[in-house]
Amino acid sequence: MKFAILVSEGPYTHQASDTAFLFAQAVLAKGHEIFRVFFYHDGVYNATRLTTPPQDDRNIVKRWTKLAQENNLDMVVCVAAAQRRGIVDDGEMKRNGKDATNLAEPFRISGLGQLIEAGIQADRLVVFGD
Amino acid sequence: MTTKQFMIVNRKAPYGTIYGWEALEVVLIAAAFEQDVSMAFLDDGVYQLKKGHQTKGIEIKAFEKTFGALEDYDVTKIYVDQESLTERGLTADDLTIPVEVLSRAEIGKRMEEQDIVLAF
Repeated sequence: MKFAILVSEGPYTHQASDTAFLFAQAVLAKGHEIFRVFFYHDGVYNATRLTTPPQDDRNIVKRWTKLAQENNLDMVVCVAAAQRRGIVDDGEMKRNGKDATNLAEPFRISGLGQLIEAGIQADRLVVFGD
Repeated sequence: MTTKQFMIVNRKAPYGTIYGWEALEVVLIAAAFEQDVSMAFLDDGVYQLKKGHQTKGIEIKAFEKTFGALEDYDVTKIYVDQESLTERGLTADDLTIPVEVLSRAEIGKRMEEQDIVLAF
């Protein structure tokens, strides 16, 4: 089956991102496909490479990065939500005159249309929020 | 393009969190993609539709007017939970746009018909 995943809460405060990650891992382990993981609302905070949790805690951002790189996942951060919350890639830095970027690999910033497209293309769009 | 049925479900009051506003952004994009979009308002979500938002004091942009623009995007299926209105002493007359007031069970049935339910 082809899944799409929406993550709409940030890391650590809410369990949504953890559950989404574990779900994604399980989906792939069962041989299913993930069309896209889309990050919206505070979910965009899952994509900052500046996250530094204590060493004995899980690193939620790195965990997403590793899973995505190993499985060639398309991980998309909503541009409007990212702009509001200071998640910045090269393009956004230049466009908005900022002096730094913080988007982790291999996340990419794009529009909400990518969420709608994921809904259209996938057999199931699974939402992880509160 | 494939058309699917998207239902955006709103359960939260308009300004305490950003969910209401960002849900509306999803509605507008889904409509721009010519999808079959509906909205359901439950629990404190019904307050989003209440007439007369005054947000000056909290310095947050009011989005009440955006509901009035939904018709221009062909988003006309707006369902409101009767029980949630009653629990809050509201009726359809208190709302800023015409809606279809349905029982909780009836909204459940509409939800079941959807391809995609996005709850905020």
